[in-house]
Amino acid sequence: MPSFVTTIRAAPAMTLALLILPVLLGLAGVIAPAFGWHPALGGETLTLNHWRALGDTPGLVEMVRLSLFTGIASALAAFVSVALCLATFLETRFFGTIRRLLSPLLAVPHAAAAIGLAFLLTPSGLASRLVSPWLSGWSQPPDYLFPGDEAGLALILGLTLKEIPFLLLMSLAALPQCRAGERLMMARALGYGRLNGFLKGVMPALYPLIRLPLYAVIVFATANIEVAMILGPSTPPTLAVAVVRWLGDPDLTMRFQAAAGALLQIGITAAALLIWWLGERLVSRLGAAWLRDGHRRRGEYLGRGLGSLVTWLAIGVLLAALAGLILWSLAGYWPFPDAWPATPTLHAWRQATMGLGASLSSTVTIGLAATGIALALTLGCLEAETHRRRPLGAGAQLILYLPLLVPQVAFLQGLVQWQAQMGLAPGWPVVTLGHVLFVLPYTFLSLAESYRRQDPRWRQVAATLGASPASVFLRVRLPMLAAPILVAGAVGFAVSVGQYLPTLLLGAGRLTTLTTEAVNLASGGDRRLTAVYALYQLALPALGFLLATALPRLWWRDRRQMLTGDAA
Amino acid sequence: MTTAPLRLDEIVITHEGKPLIEVSARIEPGEILTLMGPSGVGKSTLLAHVAGFLPLGFRASGRIRLGETELGRLPPERRGLGLLFQDPLLFPHLDVGGNLAFGMPAGGARRQRRSEVEAALDDIGLAGFAERDPATLSGGQRARVALMRVLLARPRAMLLDEPFSKLDTALRDEMRRLVFERIRRDALPTLMVTHDRADAEAAGGPLIEL
Repeated sequence: MPSFVTTIRAAPAMTLALLILPVLLGLAGVIAPAFGWHPALGGETLTLNHWRALGDTPGLVEMVRLSLFTGIASALAAFVSVALCLATFLETRFFGTIRRLLSPLLAVPHAAAAIGLAFLLTPSGLASRLVSPWLSGWSQPPDYLFPGDEAGLALILGLTLKEIPFLLLMSLAALPQCRAGERLMMARALGYGRLNGFLKGVMPALYPLIRLPLYAVIVFATANIEVAMILGPSTPPTLAVAVVRWLGDPDLTMRFQAAAGALLQIGITAAALLIWWLGERLVSRLGAAWLRDGHRRRGEYLGRGLGSLVTWLAIGVLLAALAGLILWSLAGYWPFPDAWPATPTLHAWRQATMGLGASLSSTVTIGLAATGIALALTLGCLEAETHRRRPLGAGAQLILYLPLLVPQVAFLQGLVQWQAQMGLAPGWPVVTLGHVLFVLPYTFLSLAESYRRQDPRWRQVAATLGASPASVFLRVRLPMLAAPILVAGAVGFAVSVGQYLPTLLLGAGRLTTLTTEAVNLASGGDRRLTAVYALYQLALPALGFLLATALPRLWWRDRRQMLTGDAA
Repeated sequence: MTTAPLRLDEIVITHEGKPLIEVSARIEPGEILTLMGPSGVGKSTLLAHVAGFLPLGFRASGRIRLGETELGRLPPERRGLGLLFQDPLLFPHLDVGGNLAFGMPAGGARRQRRSEVEAALDDIGLAGFAERDPATLSGGQRARVALMRVLLARPRAMLLDEPFSKLDTALRDEMRRLVFERIRRDALPTLMVTHDRADAEAAGGPLIEL
């Protein structure tokens, strides 16, 4: 039997293979069909016909424009919001509150957030009810298109709201690395205002550290499916949504066009990244003089005002969206412009709960299995760092991000083609592995800091007392890091619960989870039932976070140092 | 239990090619060799090297022998060295008894292990503390538990890394007496690193100033 250290040292290679292989195979699996090669579907000659068919698709230009525009605009809006929020609140007392709100906000599944936002801002939504008729004078729902406006503003808003917590979390992890506190103090001692000090003194060092997560945001924003299905326009939709529709088309030859569309999607995402990169160059060129101009308080109050506004707006909209979901789930008869349902009822809850069993249990089992695998691999990689005595290289870090840097719709589709070619049955094992691809980056990002920062003397003490490496890992490191491990597990579980496309594609549409159900319902007309599903979808990750914070308190109720957090 | 001398034969530690520290010494059973010097001269690095934890970026040559055993080739957990840091580092997830049992060699019936823990606690004036949370102990009590945990692992030599520097003055004398008395009673060759001259004087052994 291989020793503990040998096994652990193999973990990084295994993990990286698990991440690279599906992505590369998936990409390969989508290239061949795009050029007509897919024997299982009768495609045995290379041809450009499918590209021609793609080019003739009505509205293609509009789809491409929409994907690019919503992707870049939402990434930019999220980045500016996060920068302003940090510049306004870093090192203030309120920042602690933001920090605490972050994990729960990050855990809100995309679909649930999008549904909540749609119900909040739609013409007959909670927002317009609250101002009607006393302020707006509306006695009928006003006539504007939301969600699904042609310019994609609803989609941009939804994407931005979901990207802000992610970027904020990544920035928080990076701030100590660039000694943000000291930099800010130095700038302020030189007479710079809080905002100017942050933008001129901290941002130039912070940006390179959050560049990779930002790119992941751009990739996500240009190629996302479920948010675009719920909030984006439908005729034509974004390219990624169109590709998923073609995949689901009963006419199997549409699969070839979908493959070509997936490659085009990669091109669009790459173009968005290129545009962003050019923007970076431009800003750094123009910003060089600004950094040195010596102005210390220019735009200070305007910027801070905007920072507060954006932060409160984001929190307020999310809370209002949640409130709206709860109200809709309980609403019976609810005429416009009443702000409160006339006849509250549990009807929708009863109706949903009857049909809920299968999707609830598959959501939970897939989530737990994917999180378990991802956590085991994450711990293996991190413990291997200890034994190799150096952290993962830059290349390996990039690979960890790989599933977040390639449009989902592209390589998942390729995996489905392989699945069909090899006759693998779609089902929960494949779906679980698909989820692991997206859960793993998050569990790793969540756990790495605490694991690496644990005082090395703990394991040295244990080793000099005669504990073997396996026993140090199991009896000292794991229990002492139980709290951050559980939080990483909760993050991973939340990511898995939120997955839409991997479940849909790898499960061949036969496996339903709360997320696939919620997205399906959102396109239908039943707001009450949709609200219940969105709330269930939201409740699972929330329960995960609750357990992750409550369990350590219970276990360690007689171990004071474990609760104050000095231990790790 | 018989013990053997700890010998450091021409140990040279270099950091990125530059020599940092050179030591040759022979420490007899029960003798305490004190290494003194300002911070940054590499005395803690030497200690880490002897224990088997040489940090990355450092290289060491020379031989470390305990009796006839060549320690350099053994992993830290098989070197049989007791290591005391300036912090007691009691595992916060275990109770006091659990910390002591962690140090004891495996084997023996559960009841017997428990009574050994009880006896050890009694020995350091902490009878009945087995189920206490280490976080509720005073600084002096924690230091005593840490010492006892190391002794229960039956080390064949001791390494002390500024073990008294974080204790207040009154406690410091008391802990010095306790630690040195145990070292002599168990005849453990001991290497102590400190920057406090009073430690060296109390140890009463040879002194190397760096």
